Amino acid sequence: MQLAQIVVQDTGSFFRTPLTYVVFIPIVGALFMMLIPRAQESFIKWAALITSLLAFGVSLFVAAKFDYNAAKPEFFANLPWIPVINSRYIVGIDGISLPLLLLTTFIVPLCIIYSWKHFPEPHNPKAFLILILVLETGMVGSFIALDLILFFVFFEIVLLPMYFMIGVWGGEQRQYASIKFFLFTLFGSALMIISFLALYFLSAKVMVDGQPMNSFDMMLLPELARGISATWALVIFGGFFIGFGIKVPIFPFHTWLPDAHTQAPTVGSVILAAVLLKLGTYGFVRIAVPILPDAARSWAPWIGLVAVIGIIYGALCCLAQTDMKRLIAFSSVAHMGFVMLAIASLTPFGFNAAVFGMVAHGLITGMLFFLAGSTKERYHTLEINRLGGLLVSAPRMGWILGLTAMASLGLPGLAGFWGEFPAILSSYKPTSPDYVTSFFGVEMQPLFQGYMVVAVLGTVFAAGYLLWLYQRVAFGTPKEEFAHDPHLHDVTKPEWIAWLPMLVLIVVLGVYPNLIFRTTNDSAKRATAVLTRQSEQTGGTGGEGSGTGEAAPPPSGGGNGG
Amino acid sequence: MDSVGIMDKVFLLPLIMASSFVIILFVGKRFSERVTSSIGIGAVGACFVLSLVIGAQWINRVDNPPTGAAAVAAEEACLGGPGDDPQAREGGGRGAEPGSAERGAPTGAAPGESAAVLGQEGGGSTESPSAEGGQAESAQAKRGETIPVCASITWFETAVSTSQTIKFEAGTVLDGLSALMLFVVSIISLLVHIYSKEYLHDDRRFTHYYAFLSLFTASMLFFVLGSNSLQMLVGWELVGVCSFVLIGHWWEEGNNTYAALKAFLTNRVGDTGLIIGVIVTFFAAGATSFNVFRLNEAALSGKVSSTLLLIGAIALFWGVTSKSGQFPLHTWLPDAMAGPTPVSALIHAATMVVAGVYLIARLYGVFYAGLQINNNTINYVAFIGGFTALIGAGLAFVQKDIKKVLAYSTVSQLGYMVMALGVGAWTAAVFHLFTHAFFKASMFLGAGSVSHACHHTFDMDEMGGLKKKMPITRWTFMFSGFALAGIFPFAGFFSKDEILAGAANGQGGNAYTIMLVFGLVVAFMTAAYMGRTYYRTFEGEYRGHAHPHESPKIMTIPLIILTTFATIGGVVNFPGKLTEWLRLPQTFGGRLEHYVQPEWAGRFPTLDVAEFNPWLATGSVLLALLGMFIGIGWYANRLYERKLTERSKVLHAGYTFLANKYYLDALYENVIRDRGVFPLARASYWFNQYVVDGIVNAVGVGSRSVGNFLYKYLDQGAIDGAVNGTGIVSDESGQLLRRIQTGKVQQYAALFFFGATVLTIFFVVFIR
Repeated sequence: MQLAQIVVQDTGSFFRTPLTYVVFIPIVGALFMMLIPRAQESFIKWAALITSLLAFGVSLFVAAKFDYNAAKPEFFANLPWIPVINSRYIVGIDGISLPLLLLTTFIVPLCIIYSWKHFPEPHNPKAFLILILVLETGMVGSFIALDLILFFVFFEIVLLPMYFMIGVWGGEQRQYASIKFFLFTLFGSALMIISFLALYFLSAKVMVDGQPMNSFDMMLLPELARGISATWALVIFGGFFIGFGIKVPIFPFHTWLPDAHTQAPTVGSVILAAVLLKLGTYGFVRIAVPILPDAARSWAPWIGLVAVIGIIYGALCCLAQTDMKRLIAFSSVAHMGFVMLAIASLTPFGFNAAVFGMVAHGLITGMLFFLAGSTKERYHTLEINRLGGLLVSAPRMGWILGLTAMASLGLPGLAGFWGEFPAILSSYKPTSPDYVTSFFGVEMQPLFQGYMVVAVLGTVFAAGYLLWLYQRVAFGTPKEEFAHDPHLHDVTKPEWIAWLPMLVLIVVLGVYPNLIFRTTNDSAKRATAVLTRQSEQTGGTGGEGSGTGEAAPPPSGGGNGG
Repeated sequence: MDSVGIMDKVFLLPLIMASSFVIILFVGKRFSERVTSSIGIGAVGACFVLSLVIGAQWINRVDNPPTGAAAVAAEEACLGGPGDDPQAREGGGRGAEPGSAERGAPTGAAPGESAAVLGQEGGGSTESPSAEGGQAESAQAKRGETIPVCASITWFETAVSTSQTIKFEAGTVLDGLSALMLFVVSIISLLVHIYSKEYLHDDRRFTHYYAFLSLFTASMLFFVLGSNSLQMLVGWELVGVCSFVLIGHWWEEGNNTYAALKAFLTNRVGDTGLIIGVIVTFFAAGATSFNVFRLNEAALSGKVSSTLLLIGAIALFWGVTSKSGQFPLHTWLPDAMAGPTPVSALIHAATMVVAGVYLIARLYGVFYAGLQINNNTINYVAFIGGFTALIGAGLAFVQKDIKKVLAYSTVSQLGYMVMALGVGAWTAAVFHLFTHAFFKASMFLGAGSVSHACHHTFDMDEMGGLKKKMPITRWTFMFSGFALAGIFPFAGFFSKDEILAGAANGQGGNAYTIMLVFGLVVAFMTAAYMGRTYYRTFEGEYRGHAHPHESPKIMTIPLIILTTFATIGGVVNFPGKLTEWLRLPQTFGGRLEHYVQPEWAGRFPTLDVAEFNPWLATGSVLLALLGMFIGIGWYANRLYERKLTERSKVLHAGYTFLANKYYLDALYENVIRDRGVFPLARASYWFNQYVVDGIVNAVGVGSRSVGNFLYKYLDQGAIDGAVNGTGIVSDESGQLLRRIQTGKVQQYAALFFFGATVLTIFFVVFIR
């Protein structure tokens, strides 16, 4: 366990890797914007836009130079950061993080453009845009960090700007929603950092400058953590499960989401749906599963269970909503359920599906929140019963809503399908451990096939709530109170600029899914390869595996090797 | 001798229609109706011409089947990878096949490009590189089989296991079946495009209508040409969306949107089966390919568990159940008549609703093996088909709305086709699909023509006596009605008779006697309700208040063309025996059987084809005539005035049962939806707000109290007792958690890191 065989060496250079620029351009831009007087609004806006476009430009450069066959982190840098605990500035990007990085840098400029003409009350574009850029740094950083502490810092950076966005620019219940969002996710972070620290202390050491040190290196930990006893692996994974799960969110830790979404300003909702939720699922794909594969296999039936509960439960809650934005928020719970199901299958196909699902959900639900925001702006309400006849009042917007709703319900030919169908498919035959034979008496494959059937039912519900929403919002004729409302105009120019790229991408990815599958495939293979390696639990750690009273988490079999 | 012609370029057809969609949708508003409709008509006209060319090329291919290297190359293209010789084919388990890991990897072609350039043998000079040596022998064996023409590109690639990455393909299949469907879809779409120009003249959404007509045609062609089940799933859903949009064409009215939603959601319910079926068959066939021929091959190899195949077939059939209006998911189809009538003709009679039939026909190996059609005298598919035919025909009797009659008739006829497939009468089913498309489209457009004349009503109570006012509509409707009723020598007679003969004959010597009885009863009923409908519409006295007139030529010409096919279409598969007796040239008979039914060992079951049975034919025609006689006589002699349904309790109950559509809608909407799903949804949300969130809030309140307590007694009381607590007490009221404001977050963060540190110490101390 303490064999210090791996020698860590500095590689790459801080300024040579383009990832440094993607992650720090936004915050540098934000610092610069602080110097601009508040009154110079248009200067501020342009500065923010140019900053975010620069970051997008660099990430496009990254995508262009990316070697799609390498299957290892590229633009890699590994430099000392906090030597005393051997936390390092390790950044790199592979097929799993690249689509998410692009999604992030793609969404942010669109959000800035969208808010160009109408910042939510209390206005103050300077503060608002600075927060968005800080947020971007946090999000990008989370996707490129390959060191647990670095990841954690970026992960937490995300929290504050979003907290302020909801708390200051939000709706009427913003105080409640923002506090709830903050505390809930902080609770998740606490579990996460505990798990990180446990991993750090329990795994094998590496040689740094001739000294044996523990490591936070995500790339090394799958190897270093092999010696961790099965019981502790289960406990640590449990921490990840709840910690990341809150962010996803999984049932029953999802209740912060509808409140946060409903109260957040439009752009906040968009970023929240498009990127922030992905941090949770990304954590599973990048950290939890590869580092603790055996525990992941024991936990998989539980992950699958909460995933399908989320799918059905989220959909049912959608059907009960009277508020359009809240409905969309609950639909996120259902859709992220598909992503979780794909992850629970622990197959490379499932991981591909999960990443596709993340990107597709980001685009589609982000788009839905844009539309909800624009609806609110026109009608000053999102009460579904008061809306109606959008196709009459604002026909183009009505069509866009129709297209997006279709994408969201997983129509083939649009992006949503490729998150959903492969997720369902991969759950037909999960990678299941040989030592976990049953889950409450049900064998693994039949269990996941049961999940599959439930998930498929979820697609019916999805069509139900989305089309019912569409029928009530877009079809028919406008209600009396809005029949001659001059505020009801069709799509404006900033809206077009913000929306068109997303719509195009939704269609393009739907028609040619290989754009993402090909990118993620090799990395997904690598991430899941550890799952098929031989379990070493029986040897290493002696008696701990044999289920003492501490083996609290319920995964069946308790990890008793053999 | 072997020429592929444009058969590997069939992707052009959906592409043309998709372009037409894009053009009309985005710039159509700037054009006049005339230009818009011309774009659509031009595009679909081009497709029609291409479909004729393709059909001719296919016929030529069957007459001169490829041999040797060309056959091997064609086989490889269609199987999406190296073709296996007959031995390997019997091997079944394809996971072990060499090269399967890189299936579809084009030999020497750039990825993303046309992977399989087919049979470029030309004058015998060039040969496909992989078709040499040892395979020549197996190629020899393939003489006589006509391999479909396939082309494909890489659609997406993904790993199915950590060691195996598969390139999934998107491709086209051109064989007799798809060539026939190309013809049917494009000709009916063309005629509907033309007809609509007048029918939807001055419509508020003329442009959108034409755009979606194009998109529908594109999707349907895409579906028909799809070379794998996943692609078919895509096409399947896309036609569903077009159907949704076109049913809801006049979405201002609640009824139409309701019908559109109902159609889409019912189909979604069915799609669950399709999705599961696609997945199950994918895994049953070795989890390497969605390719339809691979699926059929695996199913027919006998190596796959029959339970798995049965599940796969039934699941797929659940998809068919919704799309092709089979019991118990047929309820959306009559409501779908809320859309414009030409749409009903094209989508909800002739093309989209036969997608399910097509799916079974395409994946026939799976159904044949899964349902063990050759070992049974009844099976699920055959029974549901026959039963649907029966109940559809029953409901057609009690409709006042002429379109609803036709809709239920469609349900019934689709059941007929499905039944045919269920009993193994593959060609008969496809033949009936072909003839039905024409006569039913003709009748729908005829109904549209009548409505066009009668103030847009479809109520037969406001019709009658139209035969003098609208002679062309009348004759076309009548002839098509004869075809539907299966009267000799109209097209429907031949196809219906072939189905009955197929049921009587069965497969492997097992006659499907029950299905034969169903079929005969339905034949009788069909003729009877058609007699009723025809009489109520065209004979007797005019009961409406409009001034009916014959429709303009642009509408009647499509009617005439369709009726011509409905009348003489039977020659397409003229029974062989009849050809002998009538001393017609031998080639006259059984053409469909010859050109459409696949002959590709291992990918299509060997079927017993029923011979023409003169007794059965005569019997069914007599039954039909009798039915027609009764149907007409009932109204001609005013028998309905005797009010039988009110005097007889049994008949009254029967009538009520029919009038309420077997209470299926009530079951779905009043019970499952209103008493099941919605209460469950409300309960879930209640649970969410008061239980899950209640706990969250309680935790929030609880920790605040603890914080207050600590602050008050520990911090303030003990450490800084002299200072009074100020801010905390001042703000007692207010909602939950409200007092934890911005400033306090740091406290929580501090607490959190404190907690984290404690736990870390715990870990360090206790674990090491």
